[in-house]
This record gives sequence, C-alpha cells and structure tokens, in this order.
Amino acid sequence: MIIAADSLQLPHLNYAALAPMLILFGGAAVGVLVEAFAGRGRRYPVQVVVGLASLVAALVMVIREAGVRELTAGGAIAVDGPALFLQGTLAVLGIVALLLVAERSLEPGGPFVAAAAVTAGTEADRAQAQRRDAGTEVYPLLLFALGGMMLFVSANDLLTMFVALEVFSLPLYLMCGLARRRRLLSQEAALKYFLLGAFASAFFLFGIALLYGYAALPASANQAGRSGITFADIHAAIQDSTNSPFLLYTGLAMVAIGLLFKAAAVPFHVWTPDVYQGAPTPITAFMASCTKVAAFGGLLRVLYVAFERAAWDFRIVIGVIAVITMLVGSILAVTQTDIKRLLAYSSIANAGYLLVGVLAVGTRDGLSSTLFYLVAYGFTVIASFGVVTIVRDADGEATHLSRWAGLGRRSPGYAGMFTFLLLAFAGIPLTSGFTGKFAVFGAAFNAGQVWLVIFGVVTSMILAFPYLRVVVLMWLSEPGENTPSVSIPGALTSAALFIGALATLLLGVAPQPLLDLTDRAAEFIR
Amino acid sequence: MTFPYLSVLTVAPAVGAAVVAALPRTKPGLAKTVALVWSLAVFALTVAMYVAFKVNGPHFQFRESYPWIRAWGTRFTLEADGIALVMLALIALLVPLVILASWHDADDRRLTDPAQVPAREPGRRSVPAYFALLLALESTMIGVFAAADVFLFYVFFEVMLVPMYFLIGSYGGARRQYAAVKFFLYSLVGGLLMLAAVIGLWVVGRTSLGHATFDWAQLTHVSMSPTTERWLFLGFFLAFAIKAPFFPFHTWLPDAGGAAPAGAAALLVGVLDKVGTFGILRYCLPLFPNASRYFAPLGLALALVGIVYGALLAVGQNDLKRLVSYTSIAHFGFIGIGIFAFTTQAGTGAVLYMVNHGLATGLLFLVVGMLVARRGSALVSDFGGAGKLVPSLAGVFLIAGLASLALPGTSPFVSEFLVLLGTFTVNKTVAVIATFGIILAAGYVLWMVQRTTQGALNPALEKIETMRRDISAREMAVVAPLIALILVLGFYPKPVLDVINPAVKATFTQVGKADPNPTVAQGGGK
Repeated sequence: MIIAADSLQLPHLNYAALAPMLILFGGAAVGVLVEAFAGRGRRYPVQVVVGLASLVAALVMVIREAGVRELTAGGAIAVDGPALFLQGTLAVLGIVALLLVAERSLEPGGPFVAAAAVTAGTEADRAQAQRRDAGTEVYPLLLFALGGMMLFVSANDLLTMFVALEVFSLPLYLMCGLARRRRLLSQEAALKYFLLGAFASAFFLFGIALLYGYAALPASANQAGRSGITFADIHAAIQDSTNSPFLLYTGLAMVAIGLLFKAAAVPFHVWTPDVYQGAPTPITAFMASCTKVAAFGGLLRVLYVAFERAAWDFRIVIGVIAVITMLVGSILAVTQTDIKRLLAYSSIANAGYLLVGVLAVGTRDGLSSTLFYLVAYGFTVIASFGVVTIVRDADGEATHLSRWAGLGRRSPGYAGMFTFLLLAFAGIPLTSGFTGKFAVFGAAFNAGQVWLVIFGVVTSMILAFPYLRVVVLMWLSEPGENTPSVSIPGALTSAALFIGALATLLLGVAPQPLLDLTDRAAEFIR
Repeated sequence: MTFPYLSVLTVAPAVGAAVVAALPRTKPGLAKTVALVWSLAVFALTVAMYVAFKVNGPHFQFRESYPWIRAWGTRFTLEADGIALVMLALIALLVPLVILASWHDADDRRLTDPAQVPAREPGRRSVPAYFALLLALESTMIGVFAAADVFLFYVFFEVMLVPMYFLIGSYGGARRQYAAVKFFLYSLVGGLLMLAAVIGLWVVGRTSLGHATFDWAQLTHVSMSPTTERWLFLGFFLAFAIKAPFFPFHTWLPDAGGAAPAGAAALLVGVLDKVGTFGILRYCLPLFPNASRYFAPLGLALALVGIVYGALLAVGQNDLKRLVSYTSIAHFGFIGIGIFAFTTQAGTGAVLYMVNHGLATGLLFLVVGMLVARRGSALVSDFGGAGKLVPSLAGVFLIAGLASLALPGTSPFVSEFLVLLGTFTVNKTVAVIATFGIILAAGYVLWMVQRTTQGALNPALEKIETMRRDISAREMAVVAPLIALILVLGFYPKPVLDVINPAVKATFTQVGKADPNPTVAQGGGK
C-alpha cells in the first residue's frame, strides 16, 4: 500500500512533557546495555546509579512541566494535572522502592537470585544460592515497569493504555520470580500472576474492541474525524451513538475487569496474597505501592474522562465491588498467619477504600482525595514491607506471625516504627492513614454515597483487629526461643524506612501542602 | 494577649513524655522523679489557670486558635468552659498522685513469695516507658477536654487510646492482653462510628454554612433535617456511650479496669471515661438539640439500667478492681440521669459528680492498688481481717468506700443529691428508681470493706511479709490530698459549683430547655 507523503503527518510531540517517560525508558535501555557489556562485578553500582539518576531526572522533569495541560502525540497521551501528579508520585515511590531493591547488606548478595534460569532445587541452584553476587536485571526491569506505569496513567486512548499495561505488567511478572530464597514459591507466584494477568489483559483487549464498535462511526457519518478509540470519542459517543448500548456496557465491564485486576479489587484479587507472599519483599513493596498508583490512575482516567456520562450506570456496580472488596479484604486479613499475606489482604481492603474515593465521581473532591490516598498509602506500605525485609533469621525473612512474638523487647526501635505504620493502616489520627481515610470518606459523603462511608467505617473496625494482633504479638507477648532479631539494615533500607515513616507522620500531622497539590492537580483534560 | 494556658498544658506533658522516654532504662529513679516534677509543674500551671478563670465571665475562656488543615477548615482551637475547666483541674491533680502511687508498679513485679519470683530478663518492663506513657496520656486527656474544634477533639479522642492501650497491655495484670485489645477495639468501634458522624456533620455544615469548618461554635448553628440530626446524634452518642460506659456497652470496663495497673485504672475510670459524659454535654446536646430531646428517654433508660445493673453486678464480684469498675458503671448512670434530665440543677450535679467520682473512685482504685500490691492478689476472698495488720490503710479504704457510696459530708453526696433533686422536679419515676441505687451502693461498698478488712484475720495474710507494712509516707502523700478535697468539697462545694453552673446553664439553653419553675404547690413543673 502506498501512502501519499502528504497524507501521513507526524503527530506533534511535546518532548518536554513526555520527558519523564522517555527518560525512564532510556534509562532502562541503558540498563540492558550495561547488562550486556559491563563486567559482572561492575554492574551493581552502575545499575543502581543509572536507576536512581533516571528516576530523579524524571521527577525533576515532572516538576518542571507541572503547569502543562495538553494532549500530545496526536491525542494519544494526555499531560494534565492527574497525569503529572501520578507520574511524580510514581517517581518518588519508585525511588524509595529502588532503595529497598538495592539493599545488599541484609544478606550476602541481596534478595535477588544470581541466575534466574537455574532450576530450583537442583545442585546448581544450591551452588548459586551460596554465591555472593546477584543478578542485576531487576534494575532495568524496574525502570521499564515504572515507565510503563507513567504511560498508563497518562494514556488518552484505550490502545495506548493497553500497550502501557503490558509494558508495566511483563517486567512485574518477571520480577516476582526473582527471589533468592524460597524460589519455588517465588516462581509459582510469578506464573500465577502471569496467567491471571494474561486473562485480565485479554478481557481488557476484548473490551476495547467492543467499545470501538460502539464509539466508532461509519466513514460517511464521521465528519468530526473521530477515531472511536480515544476517551473523548467514547465520551461523545455515549451521548450520540446509535449503536447498541450493550456494546458500551459490556465493553466498559471488560475494561474495568482488566483495571480492577491490577488494582486487586474483589473478585479479581485472588492472585494478590500468593503473589505478595512469593515475590521478593522489595518487589512486593513496589507492587503494593506503585502498581496500585498506576491501576487507580488508569481507572480514574477511564471512568472520569471516557465514561463520566455513564456514571449512573457503573456507579452502583463499582460501589458493590468496593463494598465486597472492603469486606473480603478486612475479614480475610483477620485469619492470616503470615505477615506478607496479612499486608496483602490489607492492601485489598485499601483498594476498596480507594474505590470509595473513585466513586465520588464528578466531584473535584473525589479525584483529589483518591490521589491523596494513593500517596499516603504508598509511603506507608513501602515502609511496612521494608520492615518485613529486616526481621529475619538464618533462613531469611521470618514472615510467620508467630515468629514476631516479643519483637518489641528484642528490637524496640523497629517494632515501634512498625507499630506506628500499623496504627496508620488502622486509621488512628496523626498518621497519613487517618487523613487519607478522612479525605475519601468525606468526598464520598459529599457526593451522597453515605452507604459506602458506612461500609468503610465498619470494615475499618474489622481491619483494626489484625493490625492490633500484630501489635499485641510484638509488644505484649513474651519473646519465644525463635523470635528473630532485627538485622541492622544498611543505609539504603534505613533511608527507605525513614522516608516512608516520616511521610506517614507528616501527611498525618500537616497534610495541607499535599492537599493543595492534589486539589490543583484534580482536573482531567479530555 | 493572655498566657496561652491551654496549648501549653496540652503540649507540656507530651514534651515531658518524650524527655522521660529518652532517659536511660538503667536509671529508673531519675525517670520517676522527672515525671513527678513535670506533672507537678503541669498541676501548678492548671491551678494558675483555674484562678485566672473569670467565674462570671464569658461561657468560653482562654480561646486559642491556630490554622491547621486549611482545605478541610480544621483549626487547632482550644478553649475551656467551666465544665472543661474542672475536668482539666481533676486531670492535673490526679496525674501526679497516680505517678506517686505507681512508684513501684513498673519495677520488676515483686511477688510476695520470694520463691515464686522467676528469673526474669533484667529490665523486662521499661520503667521510663511507663511514666512516659502516663505523661503522654495526660497530654491527650487535656487536649480532649480543651479542644473546641470537632476534628481536633476526634484526634485526641482516638490518640488517647494508644498510651492507655500500652499501659494496660504492657503493665497490667493476668489478663492484660485480652483486656487491652478489648479496650482498644471497643473504643475504636465507637471512635469510627463517631468519625462517620463527624464527616457527616462536616458535610452538612459545609452545605449549610457555605464554608468548610469544624469550629464547634459555628457548627452549633448548622440547620439540618430531623432525620440527619438523629443519625448524627446517634453516631456521637454511641461513641460516648461506649466510652462512658453506659449499659449495654460497658463490658469492656471491668476487664480493662481489672487488668490495668492500679494507677492507670484510676485514670481510666477517673478521667478517661468522663470523656464520654463530657462529650454528651459538649457535643451531643448543643450540636443536635432536637435529637437530644428526642433521644433523652433512651438516655435516661440506659442510665437507669446502668445504675441498677452495675450495682447488682458489683455485689457479686470477688475481684476488687472489677468490683470498683462495676460500681463506676452505676455511678455513670447517675451522671447520665443528671445530663438527660435537662435541668440546670441536675446537670450541675452531673458535672460535679464527674469531678467527685474522679476523686472518690480514683482514691478507691489507688487504695485498692496498695492492698493488691501487698497481698499479690486482687481477690476479696484472699483478704479478710486485713484491718488488724494494716489498720491505717484499712481506715483509708473505708473512707474511700464511704465517699464512693456518697455518704453525707463527702463530696459525692452533694453531687448525687443535686442530680436526684434536679431530676425529681421533672421526672419523679426516674428519681425514685435511681434512689434505690444509693441503697445498693451502700450494700456493695460496705460488704466489700467488711469482707476485706473486718472480721477474723485470714491466716494466710499473716504469712505475707508485705501485708504487715502499714501505709507508707509516700502512700500517705497520695491519699491525703484526695481525702482532704473530698471532705472540703463535701462541705463547701461552692468554688466548683460557681464554675460549673453557668456553663451547664448555657449548655441547656442551647438545647432549648429552660428550667422549670420550682413551684412547690404543684409539686414540680412540667
């Protein structure tokens, strides 16, 4: 097929506004080259520096471009308030997660496997477990994932969004399987995540197809030049499309399934506990914070920008999902005996609270409070998984709750910090958990969703119990024979813990600056 | 600009807590001394504030207001009316006495039988932490009574749980873990219900007033529909009814009071629970006057049941601390009646009762603590004829008991009399039933005193070396001020009444209940 030269116009690209993503993808590509050409011993420092430098550079660019509000790349990418805010959030949380990932002083070689392809349980595997080095492919993977997430939260049409979804999902699947210890568990987690994630992607893709069928116009009627795939087109089509609304609702449902899967909302949550438990803990921290930011960023944009006019139709469905998410997450958290699974169920319940904020659709408060909650929760969850990485014994991390008995006596400092983080999860005032909950519940109440607030409050009560149980174990139980002590964390983990706990406190005591920021950012462009 | 009494009073104990917590664990004596001196300084400042309070001045005095979270209209606003003032004075008085009384409570548990003392890890329970927790508790208690911003009140209301939780859980008796968790969860349930109501009030207020605010004074002018008002009232009321505790939300108190160390129990029952009745007076009544009138019969009924039920259960108790806890449930019934009778006389009696109950039950708990520390058991049946070994302590115990049953000449009599008199003018049935509570009170108190200190000497007591030590100078310094106050206020309650009366009158005016004219000929007005 011959395309006339004048009919193909390159879309205008605002390179400065796209810079954060370009920097991360560039940094990731450099990381791949480093893997290929640098000597084994030199890779680690080079990769850490490349990773941190890219993230900091991306953050700087986000801040420099903070005032930009425009569609670029031919309408495929929206650079607006929520996109920039979430990109900045991803960069900051990514830096903190990278600090945890790069920690190598807790165990020889760090938490990542030296050669991921070696079959678990074999002689070769035992040999590589003794090695003092580790693979460094996790760094470029992390940058690819973050780049994909940034693209995901600013994608302005469903196809770009799908590409971004895959770009950040594939590295995540890989990273889940990279644990140095308990490799079978880790690989099982990776496979489970991959299979279920593939299903979710398929749903998402099929939903796109249906929505295209709904929104696209035949060429004869397409004076406005709608492509039928951007959010603005769907928005317009909901008003004037003559196609069957069945396409709209089924398409919306399928796209929502794809997004809610990443957000870990019930009933698309079953992967969460296994994956959170099996993945290397720094990766779990990364997923719990950054994937959540990306998933809710995407969900907000799709629901607010494309489907705002269908709000009356989806609100009740997503509302029910929010309620069962909160209920299932909080009730199952009560029965957990493993700290990582407990935090996984708590993360599911928190997805429910975020959905409460999302459901204040059409109000500025709804958007800004969800953005606030994402930041608040992200810092707290990274720090709490960070604490999990340092409670360890000779076999690695001691994640079974019975092992945490009496930790407060052995290591009062870190147990105190973890208690503070748990109180934040429980929503006690003077922590970011409280201000975040107040923001989303307030927004939902204001939007007339009182029933969601009531369920939110009820589940918060249930959820307080498992957190309290951990506090009781740490402080009020006698230390057992096999209570591990806390390993002295290296500078990187210490920095990550410090940042996470400090943010939890600051956002709880003085949330005003961040509230201002989210309020200024809380406007999508279409 | 006057001296910022309230903010200094709120912050100073918190600073003290930080200082004490930072002291080395190896120097417990230093920590105790610093905590005592610090709390005495706070007391001195409170006395100065009490003197500076203008008796016939404005309803609220010492107002301070600093901006906090602008986006939500939250301000750090503190002010005190007469009700809050007397409660602040009670707190500032009780805390140094409790510190003095708990001098050895946090030391390694001294069992009476040396053979039973197990080899413990040295410094198993940190002494500085205990006294730091007491000071932290004081800070939050002062904050909760001084707050004039609903959000700020809620923050203190919830944060107050944390130090008390650790006081019970780490330093309590046999069932401390269970009691601490039960205490925390019950309070948290109430707190979260209140959070939903706080958010609701805020949203309603924002619509009605046109701007977001949590300022108590402004929120009293919010107009809302009767249904909304009733729901919001219930949210606040349930939280306070759990805190107070009223029947049927009382089951946590005997567990918490029974398991807490005596000093913490004295603060728990003496002050912390008063937040419930104070909250009803300060928040439920003025903010939701119509709903308050609507639900007043419910409040009266719960209070009446509490009086009889608490008294009956108290009679059957064999554990001294649980017994005193049950008597408190009965006493809170009297306070509840005084509040919901809606006469200035009964209301003033109720507030005075809050103070006197703090003095009398605080004293009773501290004396019980002294007995328990000697005997190594809190069971009534483990005592018997103790008066023959420790005559002075038994005498103090008797005085505390008599004050608790409101013997004329002790200060609780004045308040009980005012409550009954004020109630009788509007509701004879309630007053008559409540009067039976006094008879029951005489029963359980006298029987308790008789079984522990009178009668034949329990031979087991004689073998216990510590049981031979009569009241020490330190313990005398604890009980003397309380006994003196109980007697002085029993004969001359005017200094307290003058402060309370205008505040109560103003509160009931906000509810729209003017006092009935005491026309003797008609036997009370309608």
